[in-house]
Amino acid sequence: MEKLHALTAHELIASKKSKTEIATSIHERIEAVESKVKAFVRINNTSSAGTSGVLSGIPVLIKDNICVSGEETTCSSRILTDFKPPYDATVVKKLKAAGAYLIGKSNMDEFAFGSSCETSCYGPTRNPWDLDRIPGGSSGGSAAAVAADETIMAIGSDTGGSIRQPAALCGVVGMKPTYGRVSRYGLIAFASSLDQIGPITKDVEDAALLLGVIAGYDEMDSTSVDMPVPDYKRSLVKDVKGLRIGVPKEYFIKGIDKDVEASVRKAIGVLKDLGAEIKDITLPHTEYAVATYYIVAPAEASSNLARFDGVQYGLRDKGARNIIDMYIKSRSEGFGNEAKRRILLGTYCLSTGYYDAYYLKAQKVRTKIREDFDRAFKDCDVIITPTSPTPAFKIGERMNDPLSMYLSDIFTIPANLAGLPAISVPCGLTAGALPIGLQIMAKPFDEETMLRAAYTFEQSTEHHKLKPKL
Amino acid sequence: MTKYETVIGLEVHLQLATRTKAFCGCSTDFGAHPNSQTCPVCLGFPGSLPVLNEEAFNFAIKVALALGCKIQDLIKFDRKNYYYPDLPKNFQISQYDMPLAYDGFIDITSSGQSKRIRIKRVHMEEDAGKLMHTPGYSLVDYNRSGMPLLEIVTEPDLGSHEEAYDYLTKLKAILRYLKVSDCDMEKGSLRCDANISIRPEGDTKLGVKVEVKNMNSFKNVRSALEYEARRQVSAMGSEEKIVQETRLWDADKEVSNSMRSKEEAEEYRYFPEPDLVPFVVDKRNIENIKSGLPELPEARAERFTKEFAMSEYDAGVITSDIDLAEYFEESARLYKNVKAVANWIMGDIMAALKEKTISIKDARITPAGLTGLLTMIDSGAISGKMAKDVLLEAMDTGIDPKAIVEKRGLSQVNDRGEIEAVVRSVIAGNEKSVNDYKAGKTNALTFLVGQVMKSTKGKANPSIVNDILKKILEGGV
Repeated sequence: MEKLHALTAHELIASKKSKTEIATSIHERIEAVESKVKAFVRINNTSSAGTSGVLSGIPVLIKDNICVSGEETTCSSRILTDFKPPYDATVVKKLKAAGAYLIGKSNMDEFAFGSSCETSCYGPTRNPWDLDRIPGGSSGGSAAAVAADETIMAIGSDTGGSIRQPAALCGVVGMKPTYGRVSRYGLIAFASSLDQIGPITKDVEDAALLLGVIAGYDEMDSTSVDMPVPDYKRSLVKDVKGLRIGVPKEYFIKGIDKDVEASVRKAIGVLKDLGAEIKDITLPHTEYAVATYYIVAPAEASSNLARFDGVQYGLRDKGARNIIDMYIKSRSEGFGNEAKRRILLGTYCLSTGYYDAYYLKAQKVRTKIREDFDRAFKDCDVIITPTSPTPAFKIGERMNDPLSMYLSDIFTIPANLAGLPAISVPCGLTAGALPIGLQIMAKPFDEETMLRAAYTFEQSTEHHKLKPKL
Repeated sequence: MTKYETVIGLEVHLQLATRTKAFCGCSTDFGAHPNSQTCPVCLGFPGSLPVLNEEAFNFAIKVALALGCKIQDLIKFDRKNYYYPDLPKNFQISQYDMPLAYDGFIDITSSGQSKRIRIKRVHMEEDAGKLMHTPGYSLVDYNRSGMPLLEIVTEPDLGSHEEAYDYLTKLKAILRYLKVSDCDMEKGSLRCDANISIRPEGDTKLGVKVEVKNMNSFKNVRSALEYEARRQVSAMGSEEKIVQETRLWDADKEVSNSMRSKEEAEEYRYFPEPDLVPFVVDKRNIENIKSGLPELPEARAERFTKEFAMSEYDAGVITSDIDLAEYFEESARLYKNVKAVANWIMGDIMAALKEKTISIKDARITPAGLTGLLTMIDSGAISGKMAKDVLLEAMDTGIDPKAIVEKRGLSQVNDRGEIEAVVRSVIAGNEKSVNDYKAGKTNALTFLVGQVMKSTKGKANPSIVNDILKKILEGGV
């Protein structure tokens, strides 16, 4: 039997294979490797894929924080045990309309709080390149499943790098669109002003294809932007002649893995050889990005997660004696340590007497970071950096050291704070055969230029064709 | 002894009568089956997002403009975070540091004095659900969750419970003219909390402030504030201290009880609502709303004094309620004696409405019915006394006064011959009274008139009866 699961969506579409053949191949693959990877929290065995639509019959894996009507959606948290949303997220609606086969729900860090997929109540997902290592996070299940050929495409969400970092660590393509490009309706909010849904795929062409399906204004989401969705396939042009690429010095810091730096520098060289113009730029407020993020994101999260109280749905402690007792017990049992840590952090930052010093200050710095980018984009079309300072680390390695864990997102967080589109594409392996990701950021709503740069690089190299041996 | 003055500020929560809720498309109809008017948004389900209801925003602007407020250039919403089971997200979408509108006023007349009450702020927020407690467990009805509310806050400009009452009455009149809310305190579509303190007369520093809640009628507000001012004054005179606290009014016992002190006051952790993008106010929209504002009570009262030559007092009473004003105006257009219309409305009709505790809309007598009744009095078809009975019957049954008069055979007897026959028989049967009258006891005449009216079952035209009686008695005919 042909290994259909190893193909990309555009290859499968061109192959004209039936949806049954595709589904069979995918399920055989899941059967063979899922016990090792543990990317899924729920597998949907019966395809309800449509026969028409641009993604007809193509398996797409949905991160467990995106609502699918009538199907358990838990954010990999005990507190949402058995929660079945009564409605479809807008992206899910669009995927269904496009004929996609929603193959299941992927594992994630609890409520997307993490960069390793280890805070999931279901246990960690493993990196297909090295099963002792983390896949990255929080969309670790989605990235690992794509890398392991357990799905053709996947949907993730990115608040501080949760699509790009796992994509980089698993050797696949992950894109965070511009804030407002994709509707957040039905995405269980972590930090509303930073969250964005995006594709995780095997190559840039599939990322463009999937973005085209899920992007667009949604009247249910006031933060989505009413701008026409371009035909992203037109960006799949192998041409970077004259493209101005900014390389910020703040992203090549002490502590960055040598192989990562070398691969990214080499990638920049490739683009230069193809006719791009490389510019050294500076983004002076970069060093404050992580601190800013860890005030804004937990502040919003502490409020967004307040609704998980056991009143209407999810976990409720049956032994509680009164309402306060019910809140305390349900939330103490329902949330994991990292969720509790962030709720406390956020609650603190918003409290009287601390608000100005933390939240308000962070918002001001956020503006400075955005202004850094505005300035930089006057002289360049895209900015290239490493996606993550290191390749995948060992499971358990950083679990007791939240700060080192938070630093995994040091290069991805600024794009969220500024609302920019950013994509991670594979750019090689370390000496230890672990994938490295190249991050390309662009101006707001200029996914097209970003895709063109990513596509040109990918098509000029072989990195995306490498597969883990499972 | 020190004389104290009262300082009161009021916070009114107004439910806006929009078709759908503040941030979702659910219906706002009152009294529906519990939780039947809900969706993922107003249930605060994970992943749902709010979208501002344009009608609610426009209603809010309408109120703000009618209260002479300045409108914020940038509209921003905030989250007010607190845990309560009727609040499905455990935060309320509200407006904190940038209320939609600010710096307005309402002019009131209280005990004959006019006074300007400043409006500090007007802001939008969403309502919570309703809890129903039963032994052992509680139930939540989320039909009210997400209903659009407008909070209208005064400066501490009210000097007495009476002024508070007059302010609320005026505010309600304006709001009802704007048709943005039914302002029904019993249904909860208008709620009022008060902040009240006292200070030695002439002092400029404010005293310790007490918040009074749970007053569910204007009368309750008046009684509760009168009680609270008295309580504070007597506390001043004793060892007791006035503490900053929230007190709940108990309308049955006519006392207030402490609910919580300031120490237990909540921490709301306000921050900008990230799911609603701040937006710049469309000046053209504001201008459109402004130019579309209806005539408000004051303007209408002024017009009535000119157009119908009414007294300021009458015009004030008639225009205090939009339905009453419209009822009057329609009647006045059908009938030339405007003074009579005003007297009937302000007298018998308003008394009857008060007794039945209904509004003019439910009175079941149309302006045409009322003016038809007045025309019957003018033509002498019925007496004024009869008209009062017919009015009450019409208000009860909804039957046209003319039909009532015909059905009950109430038409007044004006035929002199017919009346004279009755008068003669009364004179024949009351010799003593006749003699009394002739001896100079004029009140004997009243008795005889009464006897005639009795015999004609009240139908005889009293002035004709009087006339004939006098003629016969004096003329000795």
